[in-house]
Amino acid sequence: MKANLKAIVAKHENKKGQLIPILQEVQRAEGYLSRESMREISKLTNITVAEIYGVATFYSMFRLKPQGKYTIRICKGTACHVSGAKTIMETLKETLHLAPDEDTTEDNLFTITEVACLGCCSLAPVIMINDKTYGKLTSAKIPGIIEAFKKEVNNG
Amino acid sequence: MGKVQIRVGMASCGLAAGALDIYNEAKKVIQEKKYDFELKHTACNGMCHVEPLIEVVTEDGADTVYGNLTVTDLTSIFENLAKGEINHPKIVYSNKIPAPENYLLEYQTRIVLRNCGVIDPVSIDEYIARQGYTALKKAINLTGEEIIAIITESGLRGRGGAGFPTGLKWKFAHDNKSPKKYVICNADEGDPGAFMDRSVLEGDPHAIIEGMIIGAYAIGADEGYLYVRAEYPLAIKHLSIAIEQAKDKGFLGDNILGSDFSFHLHIKEGAGAFVCGEETALMASVEGKRGMPNLRPPFPAESGLWQYPTNINNVETWANISWIILHGAKEFAKLGTEKSKGTKVFALTGKIKNSGLIEVPMGISLRDAIYKVGGGMKTDSPFKAVQLGGPSGGCIPASLLDTIVDYDSISQTGAIMGSGGMVVMDYDTCMVDIAKFFLNFTKNESCGKCTFCRIGTKRMLEILEKITAGKGEEKDIETLEALSEKIITTSLCGLGQTAPNPVLTTLRYFRDEYEAHIIDKKCPAHVCTDLLTYNILADKCVGCTACARVCPVNCISGEVKKPHLIDQDSCIKCGSCYKACKFSAIEIS
Repeated sequence: MKANLKAIVAKHENKKGQLIPILQEVQRAEGYLSRESMREISKLTNITVAEIYGVATFYSMFRLKPQGKYTIRICKGTACHVSGAKTIMETLKETLHLAPDEDTTEDNLFTITEVACLGCCSLAPVIMINDKTYGKLTSAKIPGIIEAFKKEVNNG
Repeated sequence: MGKVQIRVGMASCGLAAGALDIYNEAKKVIQEKKYDFELKHTACNGMCHVEPLIEVVTEDGADTVYGNLTVTDLTSIFENLAKGEINHPKIVYSNKIPAPENYLLEYQTRIVLRNCGVIDPVSIDEYIARQGYTALKKAINLTGEEIIAIITESGLRGRGGAGFPTGLKWKFAHDNKSPKKYVICNADEGDPGAFMDRSVLEGDPHAIIEGMIIGAYAIGADEGYLYVRAEYPLAIKHLSIAIEQAKDKGFLGDNILGSDFSFHLHIKEGAGAFVCGEETALMASVEGKRGMPNLRPPFPAESGLWQYPTNINNVETWANISWIILHGAKEFAKLGTEKSKGTKVFALTGKIKNSGLIEVPMGISLRDAIYKVGGGMKTDSPFKAVQLGGPSGGCIPASLLDTIVDYDSISQTGAIMGSGGMVVMDYDTCMVDIAKFFLNFTKNESCGKCTFCRIGTKRMLEILEKITAGKGEEKDIETLEALSEKIITTSLCGLGQTAPNPVLTTLRYFRDEYEAHIIDKKCPAHVCTDLLTYNILADKCVGCTACARVCPVNCISGEVKKPHLIDQDSCIKCGSCYKACKFSAIEIS
């Protein structure tokens, strides 16, 4: 989906430190930051492409590749780590048939990503799929959760 | 019992546990049965381990918490309440009758969390009804110097981790005569295992905003930023609503409360970089740049955001301010120890029974915080260590459990007070693995500016990986210690200066575990998979097939009622079979 970059940049014009909010808004609209979008933002803001790319690669929230429809965030905080987050990660990769270096499924439905801490430590281990959080997970619960999302897609 | 108010805890933690379903069902039952109950949202009251939960407050002063709820529990709880009966199998806490977790609040003193779980966080009227913005009205009739004197006298120290005296910090910014100054709230809570700030941001946003307005007035700032990590969408939502409400009431904006003091507050959303919790990196990020730290001096009080004098405090520090102004410095300084005053909020997690948020007076022992407030261990496995201060902190062993909670005593153990994450570990936790976990975190989060932080943490991680893979050599411990020292002395900011702490403290208190990995090639906690093998004991196996059914890689074979066998080449050492076996027939070696 192409965002109206002009409108987004105009909204943040004359505000100090506007680059990060612009990139966040573009990513919200387009799902990721494409080369073309970064070039266009550079033209509109007079910030060099190098600086934009530097900021985009510094922060872990910015994505430079297209993402799946659902983003699965796997919490790798301390509480989740000691409660078996690693096994959850392995099970997810297996359920989604992802190779060790892959993060997005072939059908572009799911992207998995690790996050530092979701702040729901009492429910560890935790994952978040888009805006919904799933806590007190076990490997056995994973296939069911994924199936439910696939069903949602099939039912339109 | 008079009027009945039902509060549903709907912070991120509650919502994740299913609080929305509870709220909707409660609404339905109340409508259907025409109960005269008031239903409302609150945020986290700290009892995360029993979520989803409801708290019921009645006019006669009874306060009851029901926890671990499912939607089907509500009908019977409400039926009882309608009859004036508060008891119910799902009761967790009560101030009237005996309940399983009544001890939870006995040792707590709630200043920072005073409104969390009590008020609807997006209702400014409820905040005002609990003396909200009264401190601001009082402060605006004082001079900046008078306010700073109160904060200094209270003994409040920065709750972000380092413990710098807040009054002194404000004085530096105040004494700078620049016409333009900033205040910033550091809400980039990034320590894995810590969620104190999230709860306050979600549960009582006005307390933070009021603290910031008072701080801005005291030092003479007219603009402020709340830098909130993007992983906390609900906190950002509540803060945005609260800022608009404060503007409408004249607490924010031009000519606050009719005075000539003006203050404008903005929210900046973080973009996922742990190092931005460091103040100079945070300011670079607010300016829209890569969040890399800068050399101090100049300190922010001299040259901060866009080179203007800036005062940065963390969420918990700001949330203390209005309470101190309202109740006086002496009242605050009554709590705590000689050098650490007031209370501290901790996020208790890990292998502890009551995980959640606690606020305890400084000076309480770690033992009391864990056993009396936290309810002790969750599993049968005994206490091994408590991790304080996240990736900058360290692991404190059982022998030091009587250490008291204050900045200086905790520092002496090699850990730091930090922002308040307290992760309890039992004998199923491998200390080398924990050190590796934190090193991996700091290695990923190092901004790359300082060589030893960038490369040194990577080298340390490689050594730890080698050790946990059973390829460790005796000289590795020495190399780890030497690298640690160099990273500490040559890093610019707190991230690098404290990155080796998890390794150093585990080496100090659990050296035998390192040696077991290196010399005996064993992981005593059975965590490091490369050092484990799972075997089925043929004489104990009854052939129930439980293990074969749970094995995720189908590497267990055998006929029903006959001993099974694990194919060692395919085994991924996940431990599922070990957990599933009811006959202790699986041996880990």
